[in-house]
Amino acid sequence: MERRLFGEASFDLAGKFWSISWGYVLLLCTLAGVGYTALYSAGGGAPEPFASKHLLRFAFGLILMLGIALIDIRIIAKLSWVAYAGAVALLLLVLRMGQVGKGAQRWIDLGVLQLQPSELAKIALVLALAHWFHKASWERMGNPLFLIPPTIAVAIPVALIFKEPNLGTALVTATVGGAVFFAAGVRWWKFVIILAPIPYAVKYAYEHLRGYQKARIDTYLNPESDPLGAGYNIIQSKIALGSGGMWGKGFLQGTQGHLNFLPEKQTDFIFTMFGEEFGFAGGVLLMALLGMIILGGMAIGLRCRHQYGRLVAFGIAVNFSLYVFANIAMVMGAIPVGGLPLPLVSHGGSAMITVMIGFGILMSVHVHRDVEFAGRGDDG
Amino acid sequence: MRRETQRTSVYTRRALLMMGTQVGVLGLLGAKLWQVQVVEGERYSTMAEENRISARLMAPPRGRVLDRHGEVVGGNRLNWRALLVSEHSSNPSATLENFARLVPVPEHERLRIEREIARHRRFVPIMIREFLTWEDMARIEVNAPDLPGILVDAGTTRIYPRGEQLAHIVGYVAPPNEKDVNEDPMFALPGIRIGRAGVERVHDEALRGRAGSVQLEVNAVGRVIRELERREGNPGEDVTLSIDADLQNAVLRRLGNESASAVVLDARNGEVMAMATNPSFDPTLFNSGVSQAQWEEWTRNKRTPLINKAAAGLYAPGSTFKMATALAGLESKVVSPGERINCPGYLDFGDTRFHCHAKNGHGGMDLRNALKFSCDVYFYEIVRRVGIDRLSAQSARLALGVDPGIDLPGARSGLVPTRAWSASRGRFWNIGDSIVTGIGQGYVLSTPLQLATYTARIATGRAVVPHLTRAIGGVMPSGARAEDWPVLGFQDRDLKLVREGMHAVVNEAGGTAGVAKLPGALGQMAGKTGSSQVRRVTREQREKGFDSQNLPWELRPHALFVAYAPYDAPRYALAVVVEHGNAGSAAAAPIARDIMIDTLTRDPAGRERPPGQRVAEGR
Repeated sequence: MERRLFGEASFDLAGKFWSISWGYVLLLCTLAGVGYTALYSAGGGAPEPFASKHLLRFAFGLILMLGIALIDIRIIAKLSWVAYAGAVALLLLVLRMGQVGKGAQRWIDLGVLQLQPSELAKIALVLALAHWFHKASWERMGNPLFLIPPTIAVAIPVALIFKEPNLGTALVTATVGGAVFFAAGVRWWKFVIILAPIPYAVKYAYEHLRGYQKARIDTYLNPESDPLGAGYNIIQSKIALGSGGMWGKGFLQGTQGHLNFLPEKQTDFIFTMFGEEFGFAGGVLLMALLGMIILGGMAIGLRCRHQYGRLVAFGIAVNFSLYVFANIAMVMGAIPVGGLPLPLVSHGGSAMITVMIGFGILMSVHVHRDVEFAGRGDDG
Repeated sequence: MRRETQRTSVYTRRALLMMGTQVGVLGLLGAKLWQVQVVEGERYSTMAEENRISARLMAPPRGRVLDRHGEVVGGNRLNWRALLVSEHSSNPSATLENFARLVPVPEHERLRIEREIARHRRFVPIMIREFLTWEDMARIEVNAPDLPGILVDAGTTRIYPRGEQLAHIVGYVAPPNEKDVNEDPMFALPGIRIGRAGVERVHDEALRGRAGSVQLEVNAVGRVIRELERREGNPGEDVTLSIDADLQNAVLRRLGNESASAVVLDARNGEVMAMATNPSFDPTLFNSGVSQAQWEEWTRNKRTPLINKAAAGLYAPGSTFKMATALAGLESKVVSPGERINCPGYLDFGDTRFHCHAKNGHGGMDLRNALKFSCDVYFYEIVRRVGIDRLSAQSARLALGVDPGIDLPGARSGLVPTRAWSASRGRFWNIGDSIVTGIGQGYVLSTPLQLATYTARIATGRAVVPHLTRAIGGVMPSGARAEDWPVLGFQDRDLKLVREGMHAVVNEAGGTAGVAKLPGALGQMAGKTGSSQVRRVTREQREKGFDSQNLPWELRPHALFVAYAPYDAPRYALAVVVEHGNAGSAAAAPIARDIMIDTLTRDPAGRERPPGQRVAEGR
């Protein structure tokens, strides 16, 4: 009862502010600091052209995040489907622009920054699904008909992103959607039924992939087959990482990055840049930091007393972890190259902003973990 | 409430499961990182080292081509080029615009430059214009502030100081094509040229030399950071030819405006002193690129400037072939030296009548006189007795109808037909075909080079093989100056008789080439005229009083003359073919005489100087 009181009445803005998990914010700042260090090196030992902008963006993102954290999660919940509809509209818009521009179109240029609607769509999808499952009882979750609308809700953005075409993000989006289904308590056997035909679907899809997408997969299977073409990135990344060894070549001493052998070192291959200079030791520490952020996000979900917040935290944490895993696996040549940046470390405005919006919502879940939803939202 | 608790516990279970999975994935990624960075670290370190260092080839200077006196006939010249590095210019198109105002750049070139700028990385210099003059360079230097990104650079280009005089021998160079690039990594270098014709092609490998290399530290896009190590290559070897460039020029001038060719051999050792083809072309044009208009002009020209007529032009040898027929007859013992054969002006065989050029006949002819007067009937009779296959075999010993063996690409083998050859063409061989072959008509074909070699073999009695290379890098290739060519094996008496006949042609009253008699001091020349029909003369024409002078140029017979001198100590052999020049005696013999006079006059100077002497001085 006391807790409930605290959760409701004495929940003024200042109280909310102090209930923000500052330890978690510190983790994010540390990660951004790692990003600054690596980008400083990628810029040839100078804050320009990457590191200083990175810092500026992070500062902006941090303010955005803290602002969102103070918004009542119930307001966010009410806006879930609005956000979803907006994201789908943006995806349609970007697709339309792509047709006009005759080519892949993934960005909307807002002048100051480019917006990648697919990133926003993932967060909006998490919110919408959480909203749908928020009220669902365990018995209701057992009803297959109840699952049809959210499945469609996943399918629409996935299809639109796939059409951009952006295979990697489409897969991540589908996985994030699936993760929310999983957290909401969809029965195991249903996942088996959905996942079992995937190998066949993959085979079919592979045959209908675009040339460069096919090349990416072929290159993954045998990077040495095309050392100067599509396989170049993977090989160079492995060379840079491997030559870093146990303790690394030292800050600003990485030859591969500085001699420009390493492609896209400030974006996709920033982990490699870091790994070359700080070695396995540095790489593992960075991975530990990322792991703490991922598990911390999951923990926020576990501590939340309402289903909406739990599902949102789960979805956002899984989304972030997929980013991290995909990027690190990619630079080590464990999965096909996919143009996925390492969040908060890679140079790039759009990704930073969307990730910080996600963390803002996550933090709002944390701050509002004990609030009571109208209806059957919580089950304290 | 129980339902809600169940929902919560399911979430908790699944969240913990997910966290476990995430930790597991991070663990796997950590293990993979361990593998890449620690386990395979050393291997990748090596690769990283190789990554930074790029070995580049440096083109060595191409060897020169020298004439027998060491004069450079194919050399290198500095080639000042203007390059554009687009990264040093804020607006490359504007720079190009300004440049074009100073030094004209044709429109198609400008398109090429724009294309290359777009295709290459910004630090790669793009060639804008070659062969800058001092004036151009001065203009560029003065206006340098308006030309950001333009730099002037010295490359080398191939020059041929004798230009078209030696085009067919020295040949030319051209940029390598994609197929060649696989053959030698050096071909990938910018500005490299590969020998495409003539001596440039035959000795391309020696002339090319071996590329040096330089180890550079580069970044991944190829920009050079610094030079680490340099290994000089071997410059190309100089190739010394047996050609006397001055004689070659004199020969070419003597050919005047005729579509003609002439070959002068050192009869003793087979060295080609001169091999002139007229008209010729400027070989330098192939280096910089031949324009479409120029190419069309060359290929449409009826006088075929691109073809080396001396070695690749095939002509019926006409009466110059009669020595071969004579030697085949003597060697086969079907005719004795003194036997007289009556010439009534024709020979009837079956229902075909073969005419002699003397309408009313020469009367009784022995071999010597048959050569002197070039009596056709005498040789009709000989070939009738010898038969085509024996004639062909004996001709081959005299270098006719076989590969001349010269070190020059494109030399043709000609043809002296045999029954087997005819059968392989699915054609029945008539005795009439043999009979015209005896006077060098019909199917028989030879090149001027072959005719000169043939003459040298008659003059020396040895199997002289013509060749152009005297020395490569100052070293004589084996056999280059050999004078001990194997003896042909004809009876000395027979050879002497044929030589006497050739002597009579020039030096006796009534010989067909009295015009070719040399001035007394130079000794005497032996020779033989020839005239080869391009088209068969019909009986109707013959009865009307046929005169080939009235024919259109392309249908007139070719005029030929072969000769050697001095008669008593053969030193030089030559062959002259004037395309559509009508009679050999009128068109070819005077030219041959003048060339021989020139050759003999130059002789002492050319003989005394050993090859390579001026080469050493020139270095």
